[in-house]
Amino acid sequence: MLILLERFADPTDLTIPSVGAVCVYNDMVSIARTHLDAIGGKHVPVAAVSTAFPSGRASMEVKIQDTQDAIDAGAAEIDMVIDRGAFLSGKFGLVFDEIVKIREVCGDRAHLKVIFETGELVTYDNVRKASYLAMLAGADFIKTSTGKVAPAATPPVVLVMLEAVRDFYALTNRRIGVKPAGGIRNTKDAIKQLVLVNETAGPEWLTPEFFRIGASALLNDLLMQRMKMDDGYYASPNYVTID
Amino acid sequence: MTFEYAPAPESRLIVSIKPKYGHFIDGKFVNGRNHFATINPATEEVLSQIALGSASDVDKAVIAAQKAYTKTWSKLSGKERGKYLYRIARILQERAREFAVLETLDNGKPIRETRDIDIPLVAAHFFYHAGWADKLDYAGMGKSPKPHGVAGQIIPWNFPLLMLAWKVAPALATGNTVVLKPAETTSLTALLFAEVCQQAELPAGVVNIVTGDGSTGSAIVNHAGIHKIAFTGSTEVGKKIARAIAGTNKKATLELGGKGANIVFDDAPIDETVEGIVSGIFFNQGHVCCAGSRLILQEGIADEITEKLKARMSKIRVGDPLDKNTDLGAINSREQLNKINELSAAGDSEGAERWSPACNLSDKGFWFAPTIFTGVTQAHRIAREEIFGPVLSILTFRTPQEAIEKANNTPFGLSAGVWSEKGSRILWATQQLRAGVIWANTFNKFDPTSPFGGYKESGWGREGGKHGLASYLKEGK
Repeated sequence: MLILLERFADPTDLTIPSVGAVCVYNDMVSIARTHLDAIGGKHVPVAAVSTAFPSGRASMEVKIQDTQDAIDAGAAEIDMVIDRGAFLSGKFGLVFDEIVKIREVCGDRAHLKVIFETGELVTYDNVRKASYLAMLAGADFIKTSTGKVAPAATPPVVLVMLEAVRDFYALTNRRIGVKPAGGIRNTKDAIKQLVLVNETAGPEWLTPEFFRIGASALLNDLLMQRMKMDDGYYASPNYVTID
Repeated sequence: MTFEYAPAPESRLIVSIKPKYGHFIDGKFVNGRNHFATINPATEEVLSQIALGSASDVDKAVIAAQKAYTKTWSKLSGKERGKYLYRIARILQERAREFAVLETLDNGKPIRETRDIDIPLVAAHFFYHAGWADKLDYAGMGKSPKPHGVAGQIIPWNFPLLMLAWKVAPALATGNTVVLKPAETTSLTALLFAEVCQQAELPAGVVNIVTGDGSTGSAIVNHAGIHKIAFTGSTEVGKKIARAIAGTNKKATLELGGKGANIVFDDAPIDETVEGIVSGIFFNQGHVCCAGSRLILQEGIADEITEKLKARMSKIRVGDPLDKNTDLGAINSREQLNKINELSAAGDSEGAERWSPACNLSDKGFWFAPTIFTGVTQAHRIAREEIFGPVLSILTFRTPQEAIEKANNTPFGLSAGVWSEKGSRILWATQQLRAGVIWANTFNKFDPTSPFGGYKESGWGREGGKHGLASYLKEGK
């Protein structure tokens, strides 16, 4: 995990921008924070997956404590999961209230991302409904998946979420971010996502503040594509470290 | 952050266009006369010279088709005919990219459409009808239905190769032979198809292609050796054909104009509907007889849909048809561009409000920006006449009955669309609409298994599916 943090930028080129955030499990927040600070990454926020990630199956007290711990340890961003069981059984009020409570815990200290696990919500109607639920409850970001369930950030699902943030902005003048996570494994897939953002929500969303790709697997392909641009040929994947 | 897209043109090296073409008669390319230029409508570059078929060229083609019918084609079993059709379908798939590029060059439609829609559907029509060739006893036409003989087929310029496939595949599957005339501005893919017929070793004379203009078409319609006519084109020419064959034994199917109503109820899924409206009217530059050219919106959502439609239209990429990112290509001819301009000007002068997104249109070639008119009434010419371009007339309604009345208040009856989340409302509306093809929560979907054709002045008969076979067969015992 420590070595993973070294990858937040291309180790061979210090001029390129760093990643939007480093996302870790709750107990790793302080380790990640300390290490980032040590290697000159003070500007890179640490995000913590929270609220009994990835299943979301815990009491509200545990979820609140989980979130509080992460913030106390230095997390600037909280990635909470919704209770899919409640959502799928129609208890939208319960899902809404949970997001509101976690929002309160975050306060001004942490950005709140709400993870839907779209692979479990199954339908596009559900994705759109969950998007509105989260935006109305105070999410700063809506995020497709935990990365533990497939399918995850498919282009149509991301399209539905981008349409939702676009429409929400038109209604409220509040710009909500979108984070596809899971299933975006290569540079070409990532470019498709960027085109979706540009064509649907608009270029205003093309900043780390409003669009992120959750992608541990993507980074190595991106490094390989950059190496190819320099060398003119594809190197073996073994020239890029996997950890 | 701005996000620029680099040009992504498809290479045209895959096609080789001859400087001059003749006709394809009796299995051979023969010289023609009185050549005229065929151009790329996106650049006005002359692509080739096309022969103007005379009555004597048509006569030679019909004689070749009659000979092929009596000597070979009518004697083959359905299974053997099917083999040829399968072979043609496979060659079309193998040469799909070549056909797509050539079609885009000659017609002006985007490569995205020729590559992903036109040419795959062409192959699908041949595959589908190949399957019918040995099963005609089960086509609902009695035991051993018989072909008519020689089919005279006249096709339009909006889907050149696809309309050829719609006509040639069922004719050949049912045992007829063919004399076909492509539209004068788009002959090249038909002439390349003639090469495919040679490559497939189709017996000589089964397919004959005579290029030319309206006079050539008239020679086909009036030729005594033609037993069946299949025409796709304008209602005006369709009426001329109907007059010309009145009192003769010639059978005919006519696929004519349309002024399709796309009705949106207030419970429709808005974003999907906006996509459907866009594909309904801007697909193929609106050069589509079944285009959803009248948008009929329920009043409560009219403003929202119109605003979202404008935002979506601002993202439509108009330009080089060979560019893989292009959504809207060139208008097929100067003549058609003039017609679109004339009718749009009538929209302005009759008081409708015109809107188009900002577009950089090239000085060379024929271009028209995607356009909507709001404040349109049933009385406006742009609500009554077929524009055949990327121009949408927007009307509104308050009750479902009013929507249906407006939709049906037209001499045409080819297509319609209904957008609603409520199944019972969709079923009710489709029963009231007088249109041959009705789409629900989608638009401009085509499939060889589905019959296509119009009510009223939109035409006679059906093409595609089991119903389409009937027009190429005489009832068996």
